[in-house]
Amino acid sequence: MEKIELDYPARHVVPRRVHVGVVGSGDLEVLLEPSPDQRAHVLVNTSVDGFGVVWKSVLDRFFQRFEGAASIEINDFGATPGTVMLRLEQAAEALRT
Amino acid sequence: MSAAPARDYRRFLARSSFIEISARERARAILDDGSFRELLGPFDRLKSPWLPLQGIVAQADDGVVLARGTLDGKPALVAAIESVYQGGSMGEVSGAKIAGALELALRDCEQGRPILPVLLLETGGVRLQEANLGLAVIAEIHAAIVALRRHVPVVGVIAGMVGCFGGMSLAAALCSRLIVTRQARLGMNGPEVIEQEAGIGEIDASDRALIWSLIGGEQRDATGLADDLQEDDAAAIAAAVRAAFAQGLPQQERSAQVELYLKRLAAIDPQQPPDALALRTLWNGAAKA
Repeated sequence: MEKIELDYPARHVVPRRVHVGVVGSGDLEVLLEPSPDQRAHVLVNTSVDGFGVVWKSVLDRFFQRFEGAASIEINDFGATPGTVMLRLEQAAEALRT
Repeated sequence: MSAAPARDYRRFLARSSFIEISARERARAILDDGSFRELLGPFDRLKSPWLPLQGIVAQADDGVVLARGTLDGKPALVAAIESVYQGGSMGEVSGAKIAGALELALRDCEQGRPILPVLLLETGGVRLQEANLGLAVIAEIHAAIVALRRHVPVVGVIAGMVGCFGGMSLAAALCSRLIVTRQARLGMNGPEVIEQEAGIGEIDASDRALIWSLIGGEQRDATGLADDLQEDDAAAIAAAVRAAFAQGLPQQERSAQVELYLKRLAAIDPQQPPDALALRTLWNGAAKA
């Protein structure tokens, strides 16, 4: 089990909390809520060790388009990068609707 | 009661699956539209303290969704187990969430404010990583169901595909009314466990037709161990829950019919155990009356 923490700049506040996903095999849950400051903070709890570089790549790409000041907690049970990105996009979409 | 076969493909395509949706969506589908209000949700972060110590990532709600809401306008409580997370297993926290919610519902019932309790059971039973703590809360759930059903019927639903096993199969058996689908399974030990412990001569866990013929929802309904067989249709299951409450308290709870079940067990010759169909004839669904 590994913990990864990353910070990103943000441009606007997020209006509410969003929860998507499940900690099932090859899946993950995302808890997204307004951040206490003007930045975005990500905490990843993952069952798979040694993929810090891949997590950073996926999150760097997500935050190229997502500009909300959100605290995001990810509880991951071995999801592939594609699944991680889909769950993040799902959370971002749920914020808009 | 038996479900009509879904031969009309338009009806089949129009239905919305209950099995395929998450525990949270299931609770929402059961309750009156717009009445769903979650208690101790994921942002309360009441997680298992034990799983991370064993290298397992914990889910923020420990795999149990508690929701207050209404059923036809009457106050209700739904406890839904998320089977995708750790096989729907009951840990200290997830079990305590269910037991605590049932105990609060009991307190309301005792004060003249009836709450209709619904359990959406999708669980392999106790979470082995939390061992005795899980078993202890399962006992608390049993006690709460027995206390609560003196006031209101306790309605259980097993939809599948995990089914309901171990200590939680006892919780299902304690429910005043049990709704199942054809995909559901109900039993103490799962087939894999039986094969592992007693050998493939006892049961072949890979023989799905055999497994479902023995412990599947249709068989459990036909032998009177469940009350209502429904299609995998969220609207039909939500309606069946309302119908179960509309019947009021049963004349006698299934688990109180000790004489009947002793007689049924005595009718079986262990040297020549009946097959699934023979058991239906032997028991004749007598408990359904």
